[in-house]
Amino acid sequence: MALEAHSAARGAIPRTAKPPPHPGRWQRWKRSEAFAAWLFLLPSLVGFLVFTAGPVLAAAVISLLDWNLFSPPSFAGLGNFARLGSDPTFWTALGNTAYFTFVSVPLTLLVSLGTALLLNHGLRRMAIFRSLLLLPYATITVAVAFVWIWLYIPHDGLVNSVLGLVGIHGPAWLVSEGWAMPALILMSVWKSFGFGMVIFLAGLAAIPQQLYEAARVDGATPWQSFRKVTLPLLSPSVFFTVVTSVIGSFQVFDQALIMTDGGPGARTTTLVMYIYQTGFENYDQGYAAAQSLVLFAFVAVITGLQFLAQRRLVHYDV
Amino acid sequence: MTSDLARATGPASAHVAHPAWSALPGGARLSPPAARRLLLFACFLVTAVSLTPIVMMVLVAFQSDTESMSARPSFWPSHWHTENIGRAFDLVPLGRYLLNTVFFAGGTTLLETVTAALAAYAFARLRFRGRSALFGIYLATLMVPTQVTLIPQFILVAKAHGVDTWPGMILPHAFTALGVFLLRQFFLGIPRDYEEAARLDGANRWQAFTRVIVPLALPAIATLAVFKFIGQWNNLLWPLVVSNSDATRTVAVGLQVFQDTNGTQWNLLLMAATITTVPLIVLFFLTQRWFVRGITMSGLGGR
Repeated sequence: MALEAHSAARGAIPRTAKPPPHPGRWQRWKRSEAFAAWLFLLPSLVGFLVFTAGPVLAAAVISLLDWNLFSPPSFAGLGNFARLGSDPTFWTALGNTAYFTFVSVPLTLLVSLGTALLLNHGLRRMAIFRSLLLLPYATITVAVAFVWIWLYIPHDGLVNSVLGLVGIHGPAWLVSEGWAMPALILMSVWKSFGFGMVIFLAGLAAIPQQLYEAARVDGATPWQSFRKVTLPLLSPSVFFTVVTSVIGSFQVFDQALIMTDGGPGARTTTLVMYIYQTGFENYDQGYAAAQSLVLFAFVAVITGLQFLAQRRLVHYDV
Repeated sequence: MTSDLARATGPASAHVAHPAWSALPGGARLSPPAARRLLLFACFLVTAVSLTPIVMMVLVAFQSDTESMSARPSFWPSHWHTENIGRAFDLVPLGRYLLNTVFFAGGTTLLETVTAALAAYAFARLRFRGRSALFGIYLATLMVPTQVTLIPQFILVAKAHGVDTWPGMILPHAFTALGVFLLRQFFLGIPRDYEEAARLDGANRWQAFTRVIVPLALPAIATLAVFKFIGQWNNLLWPLVVSNSDATRTVAVGLQVFQDTNGTQWNLLLMAATITTVPLIVLFFLTQRWFVRGITMSGLGGR
């Protein structure tokens, strides 16, 4: 009996602590690489699941609901997506966003590449120019948006004063139906070209100088060596800049909210601004979630197309 | 004359590193000093144009009320009204907003760099089942625009009574796949031998991470931190949605309030904008060496 009680007591401890199939397994797992890996991952994984992966899935669910946050949600099926079809503001916002993207991305690319080529000379003073040219990128968008409102003041603003010097009567930029979007684009190109410039400078620095010397020996003109040497070898940087700036311009919000608030009419209402208005001014969360998913689909399709184009246009080897 | 000729043909021409610019498009060659002068002039011109808005912001910030609002704006202040600095701080709680922004940007940056470094180490160095699948899921979310998560994140924070609180502001923006991805790329480039030598000397995995990997990866971690800090200092949408009082309002949102309450009092508005921008520019100048090096090292720049 005593022996029985003794063995039962001995057995009780591992049994309540969920015994491993054979002893030492938990000990070995605790010392294993996989256990260490999950410990290292834990903080990031919890945050990622709660604040990124979870919300992405939740957006899909919310897009099927009719929900104003205050009363209980009701199931709307695909109604929110059907509404998109007959919502002219949504299509205007989509068109505006596409207009913004397809003009501002190539322009930013050209300005970034131009300034990078200009600074890529190994002259000692270039580091100063590089820092100064990066300044617009380092400023806060909301703050410089106010400066640009001031620059665009219709009659005697700086932009129109300069245009007046060469005899051009400038438009009333931000309140003009035709010129409000170009004005936003100009400001955005100014704000963001510095980032592309740094990427291109890094890319240019990686091109071996011998290739240029070889091209010169072969009698290539500067334009030819730019076409045949610089551009192909810079294509990975170009690709990276295009992909990131397309994704960025599909999300343009700050400058549009501050400088035009979407106007005049809905000429500069961007998709993100419309999502913000739907979700947080009209409290129509389901509809806003549906809009954000459509935005995601557009970004995904365009990014996918870029990756397809990359196979033909981007050269990763010398 | 002869020295010019010697410079044009001699080794000095190597100073103009980019041959595409050492000759004009028509094939006519410029002597290097002339080419260099032309180049410098072009650099000055481009820089001057791109800095004009920033310079104007500062100049108008110091103008008098009548000067900044007259129908014909003058550019150079006739008198430097330094008292505008104090007036901008009096009109809205700008000091409070700045402090809030430091909390918000600093908090998200700190959390992000620490958790991303830990996770990146696991993805780069440790083997476990499901590693590539999990990393794939992380990567996939890189393409999701922030607006998709905006609404669920807001609902989550609102349900947890987190609106207008620091955890509600900071936590949803403190974990991104981008940080994990960037640091993993960098960790992969650190030779395994360094870490194995430390392990042979008796270091456990945690010690190998903190004493070997982190010190070697400090430039990359700093780059991520600078990117993140600038990005969050700039963030308008999330604070606009989740903060609704001066207790957590950041400068990006605060400037909007400033405009609403003060109309177009340009000198004070642009003074507030200047004050908001200065810390970021200072930070940027102090860290831009890392920033540029980090872009080069992370392989974003080239092949």
